[in-house]
Parts: sequence; structure tokens; C-alpha cells
Amino acid sequence: MAQRQSFQIGTGLFIVLGFAALTYLATQTTSIANYRQGPSYTLKARFTNIGQLKLRAPVKLAGVRVGTVSAIELEPDKLDALVTLTIDRRFDKIPDDSAAAVFTSGLLGDQYVALQPGGSTEPFKDGDEVVLTQSSMQLEELIGKYLVGQGDGGKNGEKPAPKPDGK
Amino acid sequence: MNAAHRAFAPLAAGLAQIGACGRFLLHVLGAVPRSLRYLRETVRQVFFVGAMSLVIIMTCGMFVGAVLGLQLYDVLSRFGSAAMSGTVVALALYRELGPVVTALLFAGRAGTSITAEVGLMRATDQLDAMEMMAVDPLAYVIAPRFLAGVIAMPLLACIFNALAILGAHLVAVSWLGLDNGTFWSNMTASVDLWTDVVNGVWKSVAFGAVVTLIATFQGYTTPPTSEGVAYATTRTVVFSSIVVLALDFVMTAFLM
Repeated sequence: MAQRQSFQIGTGLFIVLGFAALTYLATQTTSIANYRQGPSYTLKARFTNIGQLKLRAPVKLAGVRVGTVSAIELEPDKLDALVTLTIDRRFDKIPDDSAAAVFTSGLLGDQYVALQPGGSTEPFKDGDEVVLTQSSMQLEELIGKYLVGQGDGGKNGEKPAPKPDGK
Repeated sequence: MNAAHRAFAPLAAGLAQIGACGRFLLHVLGAVPRSLRYLRETVRQVFFVGAMSLVIIMTCGMFVGAVLGLQLYDVLSRFGSAAMSGTVVALALYRELGPVVTALLFAGRAGTSITAEVGLMRATDQLDAMEMMAVDPLAYVIAPRFLAGVIAMPLLACIFNALAILGAHLVAVSWLGLDNGTFWSNMTASVDLWTDVVNGVWKSVAFGAVVTLIATFQGYTTPPTSEGVAYATTRTVVFSSIVVLALDFVMTAFLM
């Protein structure tokens, strides 16, 4: 009987340990760890080009994560990308003339939306639109412009193309 | 004709083995509902194949994670992206290394002991004796071991992954001086719960089923001699390793 009990305790411990490990992996090492399902409000922003921006990409202000991209859709009449930003309720003092830009983390990293605070005294309210936006920087476009803009018969053609974030 | 016969004999024998294994799988699955009467036996088997494998799984997980952290830090820092070490370690582990290495270890640690145990039961006529006492050996001996493998493998793989992440953290952060926040935030930014963690769990469920199926099949059909049991044990490890690696490729192609 004592032996049978020790089997059952051991098995139970093993199963608990296994599920603890799974929970740890699932909640601490995946993107779930970045979700804070606290109170939040939404902002809208129109971009002419969002590049590689994806759903659930971070929204950062001064480099600090303040929210996520919760929806991306194409506006059929204006042919703009309408991006919905879900901002944490704690950050409710963002001036309503702040600008939004699609940036890339690192040279080739994931893209995110950066908010640049403006000088207005009125904060954003739920459902407001960010009017000042800056589209994603397209590496190919930059290279294209650079190559076309040279026009000296390729004397400096060996020079590397400029990098978008000055890295 | 005779030469052709001889040339194809191994192929035919191999096909016959695969066919017999397939039929055995159907019988085992059929016996699973009946084996629920012997739930205590399943619990005991989970203890033997799962809890008793913890030490080897945890030690190996730690070292696999540590060496991954070391190698990736070294290689990635040449490209100035050492910050991605944590991400790459996590993705490699969750998607491939965790399930596969755990399955290989599991085949060596638990598969062999299942084959030897069942094979000796066969060699000493215990399985026939059970049948004579109207105890279905498939329901009492085989199905509980099969179920235990399916239950224990994913849990072991998760424990392996968790320890490997800690091992990589130990090397990359505590030893090589990668920033702690960078390590975790890059990981959480690019590891997805469903496509990475959960797909890895599905893989390990499949591997658990395959390894225990092969182990029980080899034990159940072993020639009843000591040499036969020895060969069956070897075949368990060889076949499990091949099938796990092949199945890994197929499952990856499907789950991508």
C-alpha cells in the first residue's frame, strides 16, 4: 500500500511539474507575456504604407511599450491603411497632436508604431484619430532613389546604400 | 527467380513488420477503452516512464540549452545580433530540439525498458498465462504503457524545454554577459504560443505514441529467447530514432 501511494504521489508530482513547465513556457517566454489585458483605449491612424507592420506589433512611446496594433485594414475609398492602436489606459496623457510613425527595430527587425508626443495640452480620447502619420521607410525605395540620384556613371557605385535608421 | 526472391526477401520482411505494427496499433487502440479498468496500472506506468525519466531529461535539457546559448551567442555576435540568442534558442527548442531530443532520450530510457519487460513477459509465457486467466494482455500490459507514453512525452518535452531555456539563460546572461532584459524581451517578442509552443507539444504527443508503440510491439512480438529480447531491445532504439526523425520532418512540413 505504501508503495502504491508513493507511485501515485510521484506520478502526481511529475504531472504537476510537467504542466507547470508548460504554463511557464506558454506565459513567460511567448508573446502572451506582453499582453496586459488591463483597461485600454483605442486610437486610429492612417498610413499610406505600413510596410511589414503586423497585428499585435508593439506601439511605443519614447521607446517604451504603451500598447499594441489591434487591427489593420485597407480603407476602400481612400486606399490608406487604417491601423487601430490599443493603448494602455495608464498612458492617458498623450497629447492629441502627437504623431505616429512606422519604424523598424534594428536594421531588419520587426516593425512597430512609434508615437512622438506633441505639445498640445489636450490628451487623446478613446476613438480619436492620430492625424500626423509617417509611413514605413522602404529600404528598396531608398536604394532605388540613391542609385538613380547618383547619375555619375556609377563612379561611386561601390558605396553601400544608406541605412534607414542610421545604423 | 531465386536470386530475385532472395534480394527482395528483406524488403518483404520489412513490409510485413510495418503491416504487423499497423495492425498492432489498431489492436492497442481498441484495447484502450478496456484498459481504463486498470487505471492504476496506467498511473504506475506514467510513474515509470515519466517520473523516473525526469533526471535524465532535466540534466540533458540543461546541457542542450547551455550549449545552444553558447554556440548561438558566439555565432550571432559575429553579425552583431547577439541579442537574438534567446529568441533563436527558444524557437529551436520549441519547434525541433525539445520534442526530438526528448523523444530520442525517451526511446533510450523508457522504450528499451518497456521492450525488455514485455519481451521477458513473452519469453516466460506470462502473456499466455494472462490470457488463460481471461486477462487481456493488450488491455492490461500494452495499452497502459502506450497511454503512459502518450501522457508522459509532452510533459517531459515541456520540462526539457523549460530547463533548456534556463540553461541558455545561465550561459548567455550570467556567463557571457548578455543583458537579461534583452534576452527575455526579444524572446517574448518573437515566440508565438500557437505556432511554436503548441505545435511542439503536438509533435511530442505523436513521438510519445510512436516510441511506445514501437517499444511495445517489439516486446510483444519478440522471439521468446534471451537473444530475441536483446535484438528486440536494440530494434526499439534503432526504429524509434529513425521513425521519430522522419516523422519530425513530415509533421514540420504539415504544421508549418
